[in-house]
Amino acid sequence: MASHTAQLRPTPPAKTGLRSIRWRRHLVGYLFISPWIAGFALFTAFPMIYSLFLSFTKYDLLGPPEFVGFSNFERMVSDHLFLTALGNTAFYTLLAVPIQLLLALFMALLLNQKLRGINVFRTALYLPTVTPTVAFVVLFVYMYNPEFGIFNAILGWFGVPKQGWLTDPNLAKPAFIIMSLWHVGGQMVIFLAGLQAVPETLVEAASIDGAGKFRRFWHVTVPMISPVIFFNLVLGIIGSFQVFATAYIATNGGPKHATLFYVLWMYRHAFENFRMGYAATLGWVLLGVILIFTLIQFAISRRWVYYEGEGA
Amino acid sequence: MQRIGQISFQAREGTTRRRTLLAYGQTTLGHLVGYATLFFVAVISLLPLLWMVSTSLKEFGREFLFPPQWIPNPVVFGNYITAFETSNLARYFGNTLMIAVLATLGTVLTSSLIAFGFARLEFFGKRVLFIILLSTLMLPGIVTLVPTFVLFRTLGWIDTPLPLIVPWWFGGGAFGGAFYVFLIRQFMLQLPRELDEAALVDGASYFRIYWRIMLPLSKPALAASAIFSFIHHWNDFLNPLIFLNSEEWRTLALYLRFFLYTEVGGGAGLTRWNLMMAASVVMLIPVLVIFFSAQRYFIRGVALTGIAGR
Repeated sequence: MASHTAQLRPTPPAKTGLRSIRWRRHLVGYLFISPWIAGFALFTAFPMIYSLFLSFTKYDLLGPPEFVGFSNFERMVSDHLFLTALGNTAFYTLLAVPIQLLLALFMALLLNQKLRGINVFRTALYLPTVTPTVAFVVLFVYMYNPEFGIFNAILGWFGVPKQGWLTDPNLAKPAFIIMSLWHVGGQMVIFLAGLQAVPETLVEAASIDGAGKFRRFWHVTVPMISPVIFFNLVLGIIGSFQVFATAYIATNGGPKHATLFYVLWMYRHAFENFRMGYAATLGWVLLGVILIFTLIQFAISRRWVYYEGEGA
Repeated sequence: MQRIGQISFQAREGTTRRRTLLAYGQTTLGHLVGYATLFFVAVISLLPLLWMVSTSLKEFGREFLFPPQWIPNPVVFGNYITAFETSNLARYFGNTLMIAVLATLGTVLTSSLIAFGFARLEFFGKRVLFIILLSTLMLPGIVTLVPTFVLFRTLGWIDTPLPLIVPWWFGGGAFGGAFYVFLIRQFMLQLPRELDEAALVDGASYFRIYWRIMLPLSKPALAASAIFSFIHHWNDFLNPLIFLNSEEWRTLALYLRFFLYTEVGGGAGLTRWNLMMAASVVMLIPVLVIFFSAQRYFIRGVALTGIAGR
């Protein structure tokens, strides 16, 4: 022990100096990310834990939360609107997201052409996406009007009779899906960035090997952009499961609960009836549902998503 | 031997010429089809917005015509004045602007700090923390809605703009702020390390390196974040709906929804669509101004996140 320290004696100043520098670097690192650590603790971690606690309570904001065990979960299972809301949301998500992605990819392919003035078109296709959701929904309420809306006017050119887009329970969800198609600019731009990253040499090589346009697309482009497709799919599904503003503004859940989406239903419990405990339960259940969908997608993704550099 | 070489040379020349001719024919036809399809899609894409503007200029009563009047006649610019005169539209505009600007300022400042930490500094658990940060991107914000409401209520922040601003001075919390951190970090990673190493040798502090070297160089990423953030806050509906109640703090998004349900402009169950559309256009204008003045950052911003490659 003594000889050990003796041996080290000549170097201590330098060593502690180095060590303190290293420590300082760690400290500085934490200092820089400290806003995020505080924000994560305050606005993510704490709310999630608190919400989990609330989901086992009855809490109307007036008195303190009252512990009720699993009764919120029991109540949810027997609530006839639970399946309606979840079913509506799943129906909307599973139909809207694939259509949105196909349209976004199609538009990105159009915009990936080497044409003059392509920027003008890029702007035209992206513009509706930056439109405020509320302004957009209000506009669509007007356009879907059965009496004087332009949807019926345009369909009238083809001899289709007037439809009650937002008043017919069978048409309301499709009407929402159609509306959502004007807000796919984000996905489109991400696809476009993906398409532009596909190495031209690969496409050329396939072309020299005699692959036609369709085969080049299917066997070269699609695998190369599969990570982007996957990214859009995962985030699209997470986003769609939380659809709220459109239904809240356009139909408020009607007609006949046809557009009662999960978050709208949850919103009513929380902010119209002040059942905070029950709403927290519903939030956690939705998180679970979304998590399951996401995990399934990650599991399936191994079969079809190709990451360059990981080997084939 | 020479002849064979010549033949093969000729043959090669022949095929190249044929190929270019073929390619030429393909491209002109391809261009034509490309343009036609683009034009068709662009018209459909812009139709709702054009309809919004057209309606906002219609004389009262003409917005209910069927078949619809495509081009307003007469053109009534006065609808915009009426929209401002019959409501506190100017105030709602100011509220929305204030919230969007303050939240964006916080986002850009704190996200760049955090991004610098993740891009340039070493500390224990950096990898794990970064993975946690990224995973919050996929966290459905809806789970934290109820507890954050309770939290802000306890703090007495309900019906003040604070819940819409303060989280953004902490990297955005569960509200999706990780996106901006990620975007800026990706950009900073591309900047040469020699820059900060040289500054470090010269005795500059890390904060100085961040403020004087990294921030100015990261302008494109900061601009993209600022634009995304501003538009997000300007358009946001759910958070103002939950955290703001009174007319005093009403935002444009809340006002439009309020207008639709109360039919302020018409009474007798008749929505004044022309005024409503005028108010919508007013809400749209700042977004368009920003979009057109900083369009290039949009595409670059998305490409920057590295989503394209991975």
